[in-house]
Amino acid sequence: MDRLVGGAPQGKVILDLSPLAYLDSAGALAVYSYREAAGHRGVEVDVYGGADRVRGVLEMIDVGALTTPPLRSEEGRTPFFVRAGEGFVSLWRDFVEVMTFLGELLTALVYVVRHPKGARWGDVLFYMKRAGEEALPIVGLISGLIGLIMAFMSSLQLKQFGANIFVASLVGIAVVKELGPMMTAIIVAGRSGSAFAAEIGTMQVNEEVDALITMGFEPVRFLAVPKVLAAVFVVPLLTIYSMFFGILGGLIVGVVGLDLTFYTYIKQTMDSIRLFDIFSSLVKSAVFALLIAGIGCQRGFKVAGGAEAVGESTTSAVVSAIFLIILADSAFAVLLHYID
Amino acid sequence: MAGTIIAVENLTAAYGDNVILKDVTFSVREGEIFAIVGGSGCGKSTLLKYMIGLYRPERGRVLVNETDFSSADEDEINRERLRLGVLFQSGALIGSMTLGENVALPLREHTSLPPSLIDRIVKMKLGMVNLSGYENHLPAELSGGMKKRAGLARAMVMDPKILFCDEPSAGLDPVTSAELYRMLAKINGDMGTTMIIVTHDLELIFRIVHRLVMLDGREKGIVAEGEPETLRRNASDPRVRHFFTHGGGLL
Repeated sequence: MDRLVGGAPQGKVILDLSPLAYLDSAGALAVYSYREAAGHRGVEVDVYGGADRVRGVLEMIDVGALTTPPLRSEEGRTPFFVRAGEGFVSLWRDFVEVMTFLGELLTALVYVVRHPKGARWGDVLFYMKRAGEEALPIVGLISGLIGLIMAFMSSLQLKQFGANIFVASLVGIAVVKELGPMMTAIIVAGRSGSAFAAEIGTMQVNEEVDALITMGFEPVRFLAVPKVLAAVFVVPLLTIYSMFFGILGGLIVGVVGLDLTFYTYIKQTMDSIRLFDIFSSLVKSAVFALLIAGIGCQRGFKVAGGAEAVGESTTSAVVSAIFLIILADSAFAVLLHYID
Repeated sequence: MAGTIIAVENLTAAYGDNVILKDVTFSVREGEIFAIVGGSGCGKSTLLKYMIGLYRPERGRVLVNETDFSSADEDEINRERLRLGVLFQSGALIGSMTLGENVALPLREHTSLPPSLIDRIVKMKLGMVNLSGYENHLPAELSGGMKKRAGLARAMVMDPKILFCDEPSAGLDPVTSAELYRMLAKINGDMGTTMIIVTHDLELIFRIVHRLVMLDGREKGIVAEGEPETLRRNASDPRVRHFFTHGGGLL
């Protein structure tokens, strides 16, 4: 085409389309591009002839649209400080939203405590089954394996000092004080926190949340409270279960690999953990449950738009829940140090 | 004015800096089928959300049954909502509940009727929308038209004074939507329910609507108000004329 334009004499080119029986939109675009390129060199192109169908295709193309700039300019690179500032502002806004939701959630929980009949106990049971019973296999498996690995790794060191028996204390203390509550919470965040966010998010997209409001329901009380209550009931139970399997994992290594008897292992474990440790871990896991379910629901309610927003909220629910779990765990570590 | 059931006065709506509606004023009379029409993105659905109390007006007033949504507290609005029914675009049935549970939801929450009576009311309402026998189906097992009819049954279960419908015919085939229009017209005629319908379906407008307002996205407000036939014949505004004639072949 360039050759055609270049070779053309000054003045005028007549493009005769009469022999053409068919033209598609790519062909039409070629005709317009040729005319435009020629125009730049001062050559005028006259399109001539062509069947009605060919003319029709040519007319379908809006020449103006080819050169119209986009209504919104492409997102360019914003300077570092602007991006950092925007990031901070959105982080702050998120914090305010989470706090607002927490306030709504606590109000709704207080209402339910004062009017137990106002809670949807059927839903609570349903979510207890979802978040609790159905999590038993994975929580058991992971906790057992962690107990096993910890006992095995520590035994390699302790064996050298003939301190085999302290494997039981190490596993017992670690599992009861930290790993049990933490691993359970992380598994629940991955399984149920995400599910809560996705469920509420999808309801938000389908206008189901709007429908609930117009039917005179309080969406937080209707949707979030059963999930939060279920999680708070069930996560401490799962934590006890996780502790049991963690200690069992250690016991297997102790009995099979370290020649400890069943009795000595259990005795040593019982001696090294106190009732207070178990109790404080259960309180801690209830707080974790509140955080997981709370942030899951909050992320769900925040969804606006479509499927992509639901996916985003699910990811955010898990990431934020894990962050909050670690944060709360650190706070508990300091607090328990002073209480104890 | 006597007989006014909904009054929207100087309502201005905006998302952030983006003004959607500006100084919108109109009123709906008791017992009429009133339509809010206009092209896509003109703020029809936003206006509806103000009228059902999902958004609180910051500038202007929305009065429904004499409850002022701009100044009423949450309890008053909730009480008012019990007298409203809303049919959402996709039905908005709660996905985890069966049709029966969905329809029974407002009755269980807001009345103290015995369960056996609630069951009978649910059966009656499902029967009214030709869905008898479907009370144990989940919404996911139904077609779009059935979901919409079930949504209508749920919206009507408390016998509301006012029924709001968001694009009732969107996504329905012509036969199903004609059936839905008949149902709406019958409910309006026999029970005197005031209806506010958001739509751009000309067939629906000319068949059952008594009066309408037309919104325009660029004007950010009302460009025409009146009866459909009168507007089609006498409108001077080219946008209104275009709206009422471009689909004329369908009629």
